[in-house]
Amino acid sequence: MRGPLRRPFPRDWFVRKGAYRRFMARELTSVFVGGYIVFLLVWLHQLGQGPQQYHALVETMRHPLAVMLHALALLAALYHSITWFNLTPAVMPLRIGEDRLPNAVVAIAMGYLPWVAVSGAILWGVLR
Amino acid sequence: MAGEATITLEVFRYRPDDDGEATIQDYRVPYHEHWVVLDALNWIKDHADGTLSFRWSCRMGVCGSCGMMVNGEAKLTCAVFLKDYYPSAIRVEPLINFPVERDLVISMDDFLAKLQAVKPWLIRDDEEPPGAEYLQTPSQLAQYQQFSMCINCMLCYAACPEIDGIPDFLGPAAIALAHRYNLDSRDQGQSERQEVLGGEEAVWGCTFVGECTAVCPKNVDPAGAIQQAKVASTKDWYRHVLLPWGKR
Repeated sequence: MRGPLRRPFPRDWFVRKGAYRRFMARELTSVFVGGYIVFLLVWLHQLGQGPQQYHALVETMRHPLAVMLHALALLAALYHSITWFNLTPAVMPLRIGEDRLPNAVVAIAMGYLPWVAVSGAILWGVLR
Repeated sequence: MAGEATITLEVFRYRPDDDGEATIQDYRVPYHEHWVVLDALNWIKDHADGTLSFRWSCRMGVCGSCGMMVNGEAKLTCAVFLKDYYPSAIRVEPLINFPVERDLVISMDDFLAKLQAVKPWLIRDDEEPPGAEYLQTPSQLAQYQQFSMCINCMLCYAACPEIDGIPDFLGPAAIALAHRYNLDSRDQGQSERQEVLGGEEAVWGCTFVGECTAVCPKNVDPAGAIQQAKVASTKDWYRHVLLPWGKR
């Protein structure tokens, strides 16, 4: 007589279902978010090296490939941020007495509003 | 069954007393619009093949016994209708991520040990229990009520891709249950549970795939419970580092 049979989770689980694929997309977009932070640090470093180096980097960034990479990083960062904002209510539910605030209210209050506020402040700082 | 509408069930078979491998066996079952997959399995057991083994009890989504993989999705078979698949065949397999004892019956031993590990009962500092019940307001009840609705059907474990990679991972239901007691105003056992909850094989083993919540038939939201337990665990760590002399 044989013992209990082991049935492992399918190795290709992350492509098997829409929800799993969306999860993997959320995880993979973090590579762009992290990568862009490294790029910003390099940019800051170049800024410290003097105007010539800085302008050289700016020129390099005008290349269509660099523009495309920026657009791709922006899309990835947007997908990453929006999917996480929408998960906020599950992570940090807010209650008033017995009632739980609706998910949309929590996502706006704890995700979208601070995002808009910080982005607005940066934009104001740059444009003024 | 001449003239009668039928539907095919492709049923996973594993008999440890045979030397054969696990197989898929097809059964033609009468099709009725009001039948659920569990009705079809019971029809097979009564009319076609008495050797088929599976667990069931209440037939109304309360006991949590009849969880299986239906076309690859973790479901309570008492709650999935044949009409949602008809006329296609339906593949019925035992819950994934669990050792199979026989046919559709899985071993729950690991799961039960994990449930017990989180001490799912009221822990109190006082030595003597009170003469009457502990009082609790409706808003204190609301804090944890959702997480107390679990029926231990284990569908969440069968939806979780982490279980396979981290065999000792406490898993969704056990962490949700621990969180339920931690949120209970009558309980004082959070620090005792923290040792089990705080590790890589507990809350930090979760990457928030979220499928445990999607398959939960009782809207317990174990994924939410795990993330909230991560926040609680982080707070506990900071308290411990910043106030090492304080009570954990």
